[in-house]
Amino acid sequence: MLEAHDLAAGFDGRTLFDGVTFALESGRIMGLCGASGAGKTTLGRVIAGLHRPSAGVVRIDGQQPASGKAQPVQYLHQSPLAAMNPRWKIRCILAEAGQPEAGLLTAFGVDAEWMGRFPHELSGGQLQRISILRALTANPRYLIADEITAPLDPVSQARIWHLLGQIARSKQIGILAISHDRALLDRICCQGRFELGQRGLIRHEAAGPVGVIDPDPAGRSARSAGRTAVRC
Amino acid sequence: MLTIRDLSVGFRRYRGLFRHEETSRLSGLNLTLDAGEVLAVIGGSGAGKSLLAHAILGLLPPNAVLRGKLAFRGQALNPVYPPALRGRKIALIPQQVSHLDPLARTGAQMSWAARRSGSAADTTARLAALGLPPQVAQLFPDQLSGGMARRVLLAMAEAGAPDLLIADEPTAGLDPENRDAVLRMLGEHARRGAGILLITHDLKSVLPIADRVAILDEGRMRGIEFPRNFTGRGAELTSSYARDLWRALPENGFLTDA
Repeated sequence: MLEAHDLAAGFDGRTLFDGVTFALESGRIMGLCGASGAGKTTLGRVIAGLHRPSAGVVRIDGQQPASGKAQPVQYLHQSPLAAMNPRWKIRCILAEAGQPEAGLLTAFGVDAEWMGRFPHELSGGQLQRISILRALTANPRYLIADEITAPLDPVSQARIWHLLGQIARSKQIGILAISHDRALLDRICCQGRFELGQRGLIRHEAAGPVGVIDPDPAGRSARSAGRTAVRC
Repeated sequence: MLTIRDLSVGFRRYRGLFRHEETSRLSGLNLTLDAGEVLAVIGGSGAGKSLLAHAILGLLPPNAVLRGKLAFRGQALNPVYPPALRGRKIALIPQQVSHLDPLARTGAQMSWAARRSGSAADTTARLAALGLPPQVAQLFPDQLSGGMARRVLLAMAEAGAPDLLIADEPTAGLDPENRDAVLRMLGEHARRGAGILLITHDLKSVLPIADRVAILDEGRMRGIEFPRNFTGRGAELTSSYARDLWRALPENGFLTDA
């Protein structure tokens, strides 16, 4: 269980949000939306330990993540190009996190020929798959997916989320999905969709079926139990 | 107004010291755009959307190889780009907000754009038309939100009342309210008689304002559709690729029914 308690953060003395409290369970996907500039990315970075909050704590199974080790919360950047060294080839970029599992390489459709290329020589969808693969190789407990499919076409977007949904379930990884696209969040998030405002999170009920990429009926019943446990 | 016949764009690069190879990025593209029309060009990243915009503007890098015919109001745009067209008759709304000068105030940049295209620089009126308060003229680009910056870029591109406006991902990174505001402004510009080439990856958002939707995938045109046919299960769509895109949207099948 990842718990955020009463988080506040901002820049240069200006507070973007405060009083953000939520709990994300392993193997679940939780959606986060909000207006431009509300601080969605900053909240994601706070949870991944990349930005220091001005108040509040993040705990994983009751403990604060230790620094200096592989982070249990991995942050996936909206533009994977911005999270990679442009002078490194894909082989080096992946090796940064260790040796990816062969099964994952196949699942993500990674072509062996890509290894000798530079990041700018892959398309956006291909590069985002490499970025997710690298994050998964670090054996994270949680992922922050910050608009990871925003620049992709609908088919590539759906493929990536189906794959991530399966991996989240099989490896019991919790995902915080950040997006402007409410329909996407309602589709992928079995733990519901939340909106970030200045005074914390507001929970929204989805209009249609929620989290239909999770076809596991056992998970579904556990999920409805889990949903009531969410605090916001 | 704009006619594109059998357009191909490739890049030449060196392989070793003496040999070079050509990689193709756009091939066999045919498009027409009429005055008063909004033509949306949809494609994922790497489909060649921005390349198409740069080809129409004559802004391809020196190692690009362009084949086929490009014409604007009967005037050929290749191999030699005609002078006094770009920025006056044909304008671009760039994808990145970083196209603004970081060291100049918004108002100054808007009046420079107006002066360059030979029209009056009434910055306050222009800002009001975009729904922005007059104080915005005093701000520097880094003080603008994404939605405000996009409207300023739109105002600068529209300053000279261009006949053809190319909008390259004008809504990327905007929240739904700002996105719809920008699209509405483009639609209004078309009603005043301009042709709009709206390049985007966001199929759903352009359907209310587009007259036709061209679908680009890996440098090839995969069909031109009417927005009204993007409905239900997409049975009316003429290309199977357009149908796949439509059904993969989260509101529709999201590939769960594929």
